[in-house]
Amino acid sequence: MILSELHQIWEKAIQTRKKIVLRCCLAAGCLSSNGKGVFESLQNAVRQSGLEKEVEVRGVGCMRLCCEGPLVSVDQEGVEDCLHVRVAPEDANLIIGFIRSGKPLAKRFDTGIPFFQMQMPVVLSNCGIIDPERIESYIAAEGYYALHEALHEMTPGEVVSMMVRSGLRGRGGAGFSTGLKWDTVAKSPSTIKFVICNADEGDPGAFMDRSVLESDPHRVLEGMSIAAYAVGASQGFIYVRAEYPLAIARLQLAIKQSKQMGLLGSGIFDSQFCFNIEIRIGAGAFVCGEETALMASVEGKRGTPRPRPPFPAESGLWGHPTLINNVETFANVVPICRRGADWFASIGTLKSKGTKVFALAGKIKNTGLIEVPMGMTLRAIVEDMGGGAPNGGRIKAVQTGGPSGGCIPVDHLDTPVDYDSLFQLGSIMGSGGMIVMDEATNMVEIARYFMEFCMDESCGKCIPCRAGTVQMHRLLDRIVRGQATAAHLARLEELCEMVKNTSLCGLGQTAPNPTLSTLRFFRKEYESLLQADPFARNPAGCNIAEHAVS
Amino acid sequence: MAAKTLTINGRQISAAEGSTILQAALDAGVSLPTLCHLEGVYDVGACRLCLVEVKGASKLVPACTTTISEGMEIQTATERLVKYRRITLELLFAERNHVCSVCVANGHCELQSLAFSQGMDHVRFEYIFPKWDVDNTHSLFGMDHNRCILCTRCVRVCWHIEGAGTRNVAGRGGQSKIITDLNTSWSESESCTSCGKCIQSCPTGALFFKGATVGEMVRDRSKLEFIVNAREKKLWVYQD
Repeated sequence: MILSELHQIWEKAIQTRKKIVLRCCLAAGCLSSNGKGVFESLQNAVRQSGLEKEVEVRGVGCMRLCCEGPLVSVDQEGVEDCLHVRVAPEDANLIIGFIRSGKPLAKRFDTGIPFFQMQMPVVLSNCGIIDPERIESYIAAEGYYALHEALHEMTPGEVVSMMVRSGLRGRGGAGFSTGLKWDTVAKSPSTIKFVICNADEGDPGAFMDRSVLESDPHRVLEGMSIAAYAVGASQGFIYVRAEYPLAIARLQLAIKQSKQMGLLGSGIFDSQFCFNIEIRIGAGAFVCGEETALMASVEGKRGTPRPRPPFPAESGLWGHPTLINNVETFANVVPICRRGADWFASIGTLKSKGTKVFALAGKIKNTGLIEVPMGMTLRAIVEDMGGGAPNGGRIKAVQTGGPSGGCIPVDHLDTPVDYDSLFQLGSIMGSGGMIVMDEATNMVEIARYFMEFCMDESCGKCIPCRAGTVQMHRLLDRIVRGQATAAHLARLEELCEMVKNTSLCGLGQTAPNPTLSTLRFFRKEYESLLQADPFARNPAGCNIAEHAVS
Repeated sequence: MAAKTLTINGRQISAAEGSTILQAALDAGVSLPTLCHLEGVYDVGACRLCLVEVKGASKLVPACTTTISEGMEIQTATERLVKYRRITLELLFAERNHVCSVCVANGHCELQSLAFSQGMDHVRFEYIFPKWDVDNTHSLFGMDHNRCILCTRCVRVCWHIEGAGTRNVAGRGGQSKIITDLNTSWSESESCTSCGKCIQSCPTGALFFKGATVGEMVRDRSKLEFIVNAREKKLWVYQD
């Protein structure tokens, strides 16, 4: 593949573009509500009505508003895009009728609402537009031009410094500077280096990475290739969880297509650069999202973390320097290459640049996928874009960061969404799960739920996490059941602090966060569940009390 | 070899470059509690008992896996470290069934002596009393999972000293379990060389030599009969 060939594919795709495109969501959300049936009946309807020359039925990735799926968008030249929601296979002929007559369907959705208007697609710019199963569709959206540009117009050092200037921070949760990470790996004199894409998204309620992989897999492959060129790696791995079969299938297809076109393999774009990508499928352990555990799993070992340092950038996969970034981080690389580091750095806040994809879920009217510039307030996201709680309910709190994050109460909703502000509130940005809770939610039960999750997902290597989560869960359960005293609550707090400070990896260090943050903002709910201590005057302590209660 | 100078608990010491905080501390006569550490096999930093405070570090660091650097200022026994160690031990005692009075290792148990030395005189957490099985199938050794603290010393010794790779860890979290081969009984293991190194490495009574447990003394009366028969009837047949 050389540039002129790439350009030919692009030109052909533009020239053969049909007048009308029916974009039909085929991502996991809409598929679960029979999106496939809608897609097939639309194809049939177009064939039967003889409109094949004018109308293209395109299976695309996520179109954001998951709660209203299956979604079909009708794009006509010169006419505003028209989104139809909750489309059933029977509606296919109605949609054809709409194309012919111009009379919109009752299922037409107003895309002028803030949910769509306040989005800023950077990572998701192709998502829901292109066909993720056709590389030509990606190239038509100017895909793989950034890789060519990097290989032929930039030195690896220039790519790294571009990433440093962009101010991009890791989207996996911790928010480490991506440029610095690339720089560390690039500077290592080792001749063998690896690039890993962490697609082991495991937070309950989070589906950002899955959506990106299902909707725009080539974007991730291209980002990884540019990263490999910058740091000097020739082998890449994508670690994706087995629970994402569609993402895996589309990635496999994308890798196959890229290899066929010479966009992966040796001598890419007629340069010296060689790069291959393999998929590694995780067996569903949450802890394997932790980078050192992930690498152990890729090596074929039991997925348990190890102490850092050494960091993967110094000693990673099989002891070689390894660059490991999240799906969304890699998906940001192409736009940064195409539009420049300064453009990227102009979006967001002083310390958090760019945009962030969130999976909006829970007790909220509009659930789905959103991408917003950093620094937007939680209120704007939840109330304006999300439309607030359904059926006139009132929002109580917003949970970010999954089992490692915290619950932000409604009176802190004016907090801007960036790494540092969320951290100050005892939560974290996390990978982008955002669960909205309404007044009916019992916060102690929420804490117990997340603690149970961490308890089940602890790898069992270090004692504080393995045995501490069990005891914290027991104490929380006791509080929920109304069988706890103030002494139990004090013990819970002491244990939270201990587990947070002594655990080996991020899982244990952050496992107490949901409990600590609900204790910080909703302490009264805990206290209202406590019992008077029947042995309060007994100086011998709480052991006797415990037996008496149980 | 170059030496580095550092301070431990305010006292200035010097130690060889590349050594860990744990080695430096022990050489300087500062004791640190450890459970997963075993001299001679690589460290994993799992038990979190040797955590120390290093000035300037945002987190506590495990002494066994952290290498020293020039000018490091280390505190090994601050109030919170002592508290955390005690909680760690309490968590271990509550996790499985550690009943010292009926244990083969009573009096020779690292977990027991750590509880003494760290002042852990009672457990404030709910005892879980899980049901774990005992593998008594091997002719020489036994394993009581009730007493296992999952330090993985036996696993490391088996893989890296003996090279047999018999021992492994299966399961997750509190359900983690030391297994033999692909979770077979010990007697069916094809890789075990019966070297006994895992028994020697175990800090508690989880792995033990048979014949050492309470009530295990069995008298072999047939030996007497054999000697009498051999002497009187010149019959040299020994029936086990």
